[in-house]
Amino acid sequence: MRYAMAIDTKKCVGCSDCVVACQTENDVPIGYCRDWVVEVMDGTYPQLEMELRSERCNHCENSPCVRCCPTGASHYSEGGTVLVTKNECIGCSACITSCPYDARFVHPEGYVDKCTFCLHRVKNGMQPACVAVCPTKCMYFGDLDDPRSEVSEILKKRKYKTLIPEAGTKPHLYFLI
Amino acid sequence: MREEIIISGRNNPLIDPQLHVWHWEIPTYLFLGGLAAGLMFFAALYTIRNKENEYKTAVRIAPMLAPIALILGLVALFLDLHHKLYFWRLYTTIRLESPMSWGAWTLMIVTPMSIIWTAMHIKEIFPKWNWKFDVIEELIAFFQKHKKTLAWIMLVSSAILGIYTGILFSAFNARPLWNTSILGPLFLASGLSAGAAVVIWMSKNHAERKRFAQLDLMIIGIELFLIIHMFMGFLASTQVQIDAANLFLGGEYTAPFWIFVVFLGMIVPAILEGMELKGFKIPVAIPVVLVLFGSVMLRFIIAYAGQESRWLY
Repeated sequence: MRYAMAIDTKKCVGCSDCVVACQTENDVPIGYCRDWVVEVMDGTYPQLEMELRSERCNHCENSPCVRCCPTGASHYSEGGTVLVTKNECIGCSACITSCPYDARFVHPEGYVDKCTFCLHRVKNGMQPACVAVCPTKCMYFGDLDDPRSEVSEILKKRKYKTLIPEAGTKPHLYFLI
Repeated sequence: MREEIIISGRNNPLIDPQLHVWHWEIPTYLFLGGLAAGLMFFAALYTIRNKENEYKTAVRIAPMLAPIALILGLVALFLDLHHKLYFWRLYTTIRLESPMSWGAWTLMIVTPMSIIWTAMHIKEIFPKWNWKFDVIEELIAFFQKHKKTLAWIMLVSSAILGIYTGILFSAFNARPLWNTSILGPLFLASGLSAGAAVVIWMSKNHAERKRFAQLDLMIIGIELFLIIHMFMGFLASTQVQIDAANLFLGGEYTAPFWIFVVFLGMIVPAILEGMELKGFKIPVAIPVVLVLFGSVMLRFIIAYAGQESRWLY
């Protein structure tokens, strides 16, 4: 099982609902966020092109954060999700510096926190909070190993890209373009 | 033109607007660790080569600073942790892929080693020192008997400590400036240079000072070579590493790096040490302080600039 998410940059309107849904669902401390929306503007007026991306931890297959963790607190969990065990984390921040996506942060309680792909919801057959709440239905979540999953189907049909593949991280966040 | 902004208002402390999660604690520790590595390396080296009596300061006296440097460094490292009460988790596992795990275990070997070495030589400074317990006397006698073995372990472990301070950074491919294997040898050389400088400062023996001034000159030469090599590597690499190099070649770290690290921390002390070897009278504290200053600045600048360098996407 390999969980992955595909995000349609053509359908995303940048409303940031996914960000608020995540903060509510996961009790993210005020002033922090586990996901965010990036707007890329290309070209010069009047030839402009815009891309909107809802970003979060890429749950990489070859995670630098898991590799550099000195205690094993950062680890691969069910479906290849990358999680942090908070009582093993010493808050050394090595994983934060190792992440090319800047997806991690230090929780006010001291341990390092990040997106979990809402594994607690996924295990109960629900979708991650950000996916469930998206008003334009631009996010797809599922198992890459299952050819019939929503995410596999859409990746078969559409062109996509991943972020910084040259860093060798093998990210599991796909952006449909 | 391309502009990329986060429109959902992400403002994670220490991450946004720019990563700055490692503050003074890490470079301070890297300097103190490197200095201790340098001191212990020379002590071990000259013990193994049977030059103990010729280089008394380097073998017996200067290494007494190592445990102090290491303990202060460990305090800095501890202060850096955000989940402090769980620090012992470092020692419940060995993770070969993690440089920090290597570092933690190396310190576990090096720190007691430096304390043992100090205990063995404490009577050099305090001739009336009394351990009060026979057990300690016996233990020290045991270590004295196996001094060569101890020196070998110290030689290897201090070299690992010195290199690891650079590897800690270079293992992160997310920060292109750090992602060069030159950092390991460069930090080791910088630590050895700092160690040699301290020996020059503490030594009262002319021959020993001369020897370490020569050594220091040579190491500074190696450092300059490594720095040039590092920039050559960056400029011949990918765009992200070219951008990283440009932080020092016209970017915001240009002045501090070339003035403090290269000019004041390497070239000036090298000239002064060279003049001293030629017979000019130069107050020894000047080149020594400059070398130590350069060594500190190197760590701070690399640590801070590295957090600014990033991938583009």
